[in-house]
Amino acid sequence: MELMMEQMPIVLRALNVGFLQTLKLFFVTLIGALPLGLVIAFGSMSRFKPLSWLSRLIVWIIRGTPLMIQLLILYFFPGLVFKNNIWGSGESGRFMAASIGFIINYACYFSEIYRGGIQSIPVGQEEAGLVLGMTKSQIFFRVKLLQMVKRIVPPVSNEIITLVKDTSLARIIALQEIIWAGQAFMKGSQGISGAIWPMFFTAFYYLIWNGMVTILLGKLEKKLDYFR
Amino acid sequence: MAILEVEHICKSFERTKVLKDISFSMEKGQALSLIGSSGSGKTTLLRCLNFLEQPDGGIIRVNGETLFDGADSFSRKESVIRKKRLHFGLVFQSFHLFPQYTALGNVMLAGELLAKERPDYKTKKKEIHEEIEGKAAALLKQMGLSDRMKNYPHQLSGGQCQRVAIARALALNPDILCFDEPTSALDPELTGEVLRVMRELAERNMTMIIVTHEMAFARDVSDQVIFMDDGQIMEQGTPDQVFGDPKEERTRKFLARYTEE
Repeated sequence: MELMMEQMPIVLRALNVGFLQTLKLFFVTLIGALPLGLVIAFGSMSRFKPLSWLSRLIVWIIRGTPLMIQLLILYFFPGLVFKNNIWGSGESGRFMAASIGFIINYACYFSEIYRGGIQSIPVGQEEAGLVLGMTKSQIFFRVKLLQMVKRIVPPVSNEIITLVKDTSLARIIALQEIIWAGQAFMKGSQGISGAIWPMFFTAFYYLIWNGMVTILLGKLEKKLDYFR
Repeated sequence: MAILEVEHICKSFERTKVLKDISFSMEKGQALSLIGSSGSGKTTLLRCLNFLEQPDGGIIRVNGETLFDGADSFSRKESVIRKKRLHFGLVFQSFHLFPQYTALGNVMLAGELLAKERPDYKTKKKEIHEEIEGKAAALLKQMGLSDRMKNYPHQLSGGQCQRVAIARALALNPDILCFDEPTSALDPELTGEVLRVMRELAERNMTMIIVTHEMAFARDVSDQVIFMDDGQIMEQGTPDQVFGDPKEERTRKFLARYTEE
């Protein structure tokens, strides 16, 4: 017990550094994937067939294969095949590769949620807008978008909570996120080895963060309760 | 001069001919009722006038200006059609109000978006906004909804929603206001309040085309009645002619079903 109290500051410092990387990946993924998902959703719904096929093909591949494999291929392919590691060797290069992999992966999941949301809006909304002389883009942004957002908050919340935990997959390309940081004390680091208790702390970080995310998304859902 | 001239409008879905060579015209200030059983093409005709469906052929003219000519591909382009739509307003059977806007917001939205295209919009933003809001409030008052302006559609009854929808259509000053079975989605007790405002509009000489199953209302309010059957105009004339002394057997049969009640 005494030993644990002694080691605590060291462990927490390391976990904080790792968690910061986790958070960075989390936010970068959301900022990139939420809008990119909309672009892919429009691609899938396009009346221009080749574009819609291409979008659906990409969604199929990305959703049909493990994110872990996607990260491995994305990170190692340029170096191993073209002998040109475009990512560089440092942590920032790994973060860049992880971000791109996560953004594409999550954008595909979001795109399907968006598509469902958009297609669930009654045609009457579009027709009412058209009859009032609105353009298609005005109808989308001023009429349909908010109705879509309201419908997709619950499924998107689910994805976002999964994302919090999925960030840990980035350690497959050695991104130094929080689990990597916690596990180091099992293997041995900074004079601490064979310690399992940092893992419980690591889990606690996730739990707290997901609790905050859940509350925040619940608030958003409440906020959109003013219309039906 | 006729405010609306429709000539030889045809429309098919897949292989089903829904409209077969429809021609009619109406004068400014008239109310025209379209009656007929379900599937006779009334609603499709109304949707063609509002460019929600594109006719396969024929001509639509408003105030002498050709809005649509099946033979002229330019008039069929979406970008060309958008502004032409504004000659018509359309009130739907199931209202289609925008749920995230208040009653007032619903009436104002399209006007505000159109105002952005005005060259003086940037300099006179505030005046334009106030003008649009004032007009929308006046329309809602006319519909008997002054105390409901800040309510959202889900807080309103069906009859109130439909009156908001009428105000929304009127806000853009259409030449011709179309109603697609405006009371069919309403309880009988709510039907009356919608018919009342429509009657008021007719008395103010709003040009209207009304697809309806309310025969008593159609007879009372219209200047002209068209009976459609199987995509064709079977009979047209004044309400007294069509309801009082129908010439066609099919018209008689159709009307008999209503008088039985």
